[in-house]
Amino acid sequence: MARIVVITSGKGGVGKTTTSAAMATGLALEGHKTAVIDFDVGLRNLDLIMGCERRVVYDFVNVINGDASLRQALIKDKRTENLFILPASQTRDKDALTEEGVGQVLDELSQEFDYILCDSPAGIERGALMAAYFADEAVVVTNPEVSSVRDSDRMLGILASKTRKAEQGEGPLPSRLLLTRYAPERVDKGEMLSVEDVVEILSIEMLGVVPESQSVLNASNAGMPVILDKESDAGQAYSDAVARFLGEERPHRFLTAQKKGILGRLFKG
Amino acid sequence: MKGIFDYFRSPPPPQTSARMAKERLQVIVARERGHRAGPDYLPALHRELLEVIRKYVRVNDESVQMTLENQGDCEILEVNITLSESERQL
Repeated sequence: MARIVVITSGKGGVGKTTTSAAMATGLALEGHKTAVIDFDVGLRNLDLIMGCERRVVYDFVNVINGDASLRQALIKDKRTENLFILPASQTRDKDALTEEGVGQVLDELSQEFDYILCDSPAGIERGALMAAYFADEAVVVTNPEVSSVRDSDRMLGILASKTRKAEQGEGPLPSRLLLTRYAPERVDKGEMLSVEDVVEILSIEMLGVVPESQSVLNASNAGMPVILDKESDAGQAYSDAVARFLGEERPHRFLTAQKKGILGRLFKG
Repeated sequence: MKGIFDYFRSPPPPQTSARMAKERLQVIVARERGHRAGPDYLPALHRELLEVIRKYVRVNDESVQMTLENQGDCEILEVNITLSESERQL
C-alpha cells in the first residue's frame, strides 16, 4: 500500500509544484518507488518543472475516463530511478476529476508504488479538494507573507474536515509546514515574518525551511528538480525536508543570515 | 516630564512591518477559526437577522455581532445589536 501525500497551500505561486517535484525526486533517490500526480487540470505545469513536457502523450483525465491505461500515461523520469510522473490534462475542465475516478486511479497506483504525491492546484475548488481527499498526510507550502499564511490556515481547516480520513472520523489530516522563499536577512531587519512567527500563528509542525534562492529559478528554467542541485542551499534544504519526512531528525539550516567575514566587509563584495 | 533616568532606559522596540503582519494575522486567523468551528447556519442567520432589523431601523453590517460560546454542556448564542443615535429612526 502506498502512502498518499498532498502538497497543498491555498494560495498560488508559493512553490507547490517546485516542492512536489523536489520531494518526489528526493523520495525516489532514497529508493522509494514514487509517483507524482499533477492535479491542476487545465494548467499543467509539473511536466515542465520535471523536464518531461515533450514526452506527455496521455494524462490523468485520460486514465480516469478509460481512454488510456495508467501504464500508458505514466512518464518514467529519465534522471531518477523509481520516479514516475502523471501529468494533468491541458484541455479538459476540472469536473473531469470525479471522486470515484480519482479514487480508482489512486487505488491502482497504490498496488505498485511506495509514495504517491498529489500536486494540488491553487485555490479551494474541486481540483484542490480532490488532491487532498484521499491523502494520508499533507505538506502545506507557505511563504512568510500575510496572504499565504492566512490561506494556509484556511487550507488546514479544510484538511481537518473535508478529507476522507476526517469524514471517517480519524480526525484532522496529519499536516506539516514547508516554509519557502525564506530570507533570513529580511527577517533580521523586521521586514519578514520569522519561522517562529509562522509556526506560532498556524500551530503546525515544521517539515522544512527553504531559503529564497536563485537556484530554484535556475532549476525550473532547466526543467530539473532543484533537489538535484546538490550545491545549492535550496536543494540541500529540500534534501533535509525529505529526510525529516522519512523520519530522520535533522537540524534546520539556512535560518540565519550569512554573516560577512571581515574581508567580505572590507571589500563589500 | 522626562526624568533623567528615562534616558538610560532602552527605547521601546520599533513597530516593524513583520510585527504588524504577525499581529494582524493572529487576529484574523483566530476570527476565521471561530467561524469555522461554528455551525454552518451562523452566516445565514446573521444575514437574515440583518434583513429583519433593517425593516425597522437603519443599521450597517457591523452593527450585528454574533458569537457562539460553549459553557460546560450548553451553548450560548449571543447576539449584540448596536443602534447608534442617528440610526434610531428610519
